[in-house]
Amino acid sequence: MMSLDHPDATPAAPAPVKPARPAGSPPLAGVSSAAAPSRFARWRRAASAKPGEQYGAPGNGRSALLSLFTIAMLFGLWYLATRMAWVKPLFLPSPAAVWQQFIDVSREGFSDATLLSHIGWSSLRVFGAFVLAVLTAVPVGILMGVNRIARGIFDPMVEFYRPLPPLAYLPLVVIWMGIGEGSKILLIYLAMFAPLALSARAGVRSVAIEQIHAAYSMGGSRGQILLQVILPAAMPEILTGMRIALGFGWTTLVAAEMVAATAGLGFMVLSASKFLATDVVIMGILVIGALAYVLDAGMRYLERRLVPWKGK
Amino acid sequence: MSLSLRIHDVSVIYPGREPGQQVTALSGVNLDIAAGDFVVALGASGCGKTTLLNLMAGFIQPSHGIITLGTYPGEVPSDTRQATLRDQVTGPGADRGVVFQKHALFPWLNVLDNVAFGLKLRGVPRKQREEQAMHFLALTGLADFGKHAVYQLSGGMQQRVGMARALTNDPHMLLLDEPLGALDALTREKLQELLLNIWQRTGKMMFFITHDVEEALFMGTRLVIMSPRPGRITHEFPLDFGRRFLAGEAARAVKSSPDFIALRETVLAIIHGDHLEAAA
Repeated sequence: MMSLDHPDATPAAPAPVKPARPAGSPPLAGVSSAAAPSRFARWRRAASAKPGEQYGAPGNGRSALLSLFTIAMLFGLWYLATRMAWVKPLFLPSPAAVWQQFIDVSREGFSDATLLSHIGWSSLRVFGAFVLAVLTAVPVGILMGVNRIARGIFDPMVEFYRPLPPLAYLPLVVIWMGIGEGSKILLIYLAMFAPLALSARAGVRSVAIEQIHAAYSMGGSRGQILLQVILPAAMPEILTGMRIALGFGWTTLVAAEMVAATAGLGFMVLSASKFLATDVVIMGILVIGALAYVLDAGMRYLERRLVPWKGK
Repeated sequence: MSLSLRIHDVSVIYPGREPGQQVTALSGVNLDIAAGDFVVALGASGCGKTTLLNLMAGFIQPSHGIITLGTYPGEVPSDTRQATLRDQVTGPGADRGVVFQKHALFPWLNVLDNVAFGLKLRGVPRKQREEQAMHFLALTGLADFGKHAVYQLSGGMQQRVGMARALTNDPHMLLLDEPLGALDALTREKLQELLLNIWQRTGKMMFFITHDVEEALFMGTRLVIMSPRPGRITHEFPLDFGRRFLAGEAARAVKSSPDFIALRETVLAIIHGDHLEAAA
C-alpha cells in the first residue's frame, strides 16, 4: 500500500533511448525514400516529440539561447550603427559613450546627485508607496472579498480610477499635495493600490468552499477562518498583485518625478533630455529597465519561497 | 438514552430560476443514526445525497423538519418550523467531522499541521496537538509523512490526511461525501478496508455517501437508497458484509460471496428502475 501511494514511486522521465542504428548507415531496406512524406506535409504537422516533451504542446522547446543571441545582435547592431556613423551621436550615442556616462555619473553625478543617490531617491519613493499600498490595499481588497457592504462601497471607486493613466490625475495630485515628496509618493501609491486591492479580492474568491466548510467543521470561528484559511489561501494572488503593483509603481516613477524633483532616476532622464545629453538618457533608461527586471526576479523568487503550493 | 442523530421529516426546497418556481431537493426524509451505526447512502446523481450530508454537517438548514444530534429524548413536535430544540443542529461544529470528495486540505500547512488544525483552533498547545495528530496519522498509515507538503502526496494519501484531520477533533460522527470517488480501483479498496478498521477502532457514527454499489454494500451496517425528483429515501437494507471483513474474512471473498452478489443485483435493479423512470 505504501509503495502504491508513495510519491517517490512515480517513475522519473524516461531517459532518451539511443537510436539502434548508427548514424550514417545506409537506409533500411524496404523503406523507399519516395514513401517518406514531403517536407511540406511534415511542416503541416507538429514536430515529433522527444521523450520528455509533449506532442503538439504550443511553444515546445527552449528559447533562452535565442534570447541571448537576440540581445547580442541588438548590441552589435547598435555598435555598428554608431561605429559606421549611420546615425548622429545626438540621436544615438555609441555603447562606449553610454558606458562612460554610467561610470561618470556613478562617480561624479549628474544634476547634483550621483547615480546611486538617484537610484536611492527613486527606490525610496517606490518602496515607500509600496509599503503604504500593501498595508492599506490588501486589507481593503480582502474586506471587499468577504463583505458585500465593503464591496459595494469600494468597488465603484476602485473600478473608476483604475483604468485612468496616472498622468491624467497627476495635476490634481499636485494641486492637493503640492510639489513635495507627498505628491510623488501619492501618485505611485495610487498606481499600486488598485492592482493590489483587486488581487487580494480575487484571492479571497479563490478559496475553495470545501476548505472553509472543513475549518467550520473543526470548530473554527469567523475570525479564525478569515486569518487562518482565507488569508493564507489568498496569498498566491496577493503576491502576484504585489508583483504587478511594483511594476506599475516603477512605470509611474518617471511621471511622479516630472514635478519639481531634484533627484531620482526619472528626474535624471528628463533633465538629461533638456540638455540633449542622449547618452545619459539611454544610460538612465537601461538602469531603470535593469532595476525593474531585478525587482521582478526578486518578487518571483519570493513567490516561490512563500507560496510553493501555487498552481498545485 | 444514548447519543443519536435524528432527521425528522426534513425537506429542502430551493428557489427556482424563475420567480415562484421551486425545486424540491429533499422531501420528507426520516433517518435515525444511532451510536455505532455506519450508514451508507447510495443513489444516482441528483437524489439529494450531498444535500442530506450538508444538512447533517449544518452547512444548510432544512426548509421543513428538524435535525438533532445528542440525547434528545422526547417526541419531535409536529410543527417543527418554530421549534428550536435542545441538541438541534443549527450550524457546523467540531462534533461532526466532514471528509470531502475533493480533499480540501490546506496546502500552506504540512501534513502534520493539517491534521492538528482543529486542535490549533481550540488553542491546544503545540506539543500536545502534534502528539494527538501523530496518533491519528499513525492510525491512517501516514506516520512517516508528517513533514511532507500535502500537494506532494498522491490522491489516496491526501484522502487519508483528510480522514485523520477529521478524526483528530474527536467528533461524535464522521460525514464522508464520496471520499473515495476520485481514486483508482486499487487504492479505493485499500481505503475501504482502512475506513472499516478506523470505524471499528474508534466507534464513531459514520455517514458515508457513494455512487458505487459494491462499495456501498461492503462499507456499512445500514444501506439507504435514495431516488431523485424529489430526493427521498426509498429503500433501506441492513448490511453485515463490513462486519464479516472485520471478523477476518478476506475483502474479495466477501465481495464475491453469493449473498453479496444477490444483494448487489437487487440494489442495481432498484437504481436502474430510477433511471428508466427518469428517461421515460
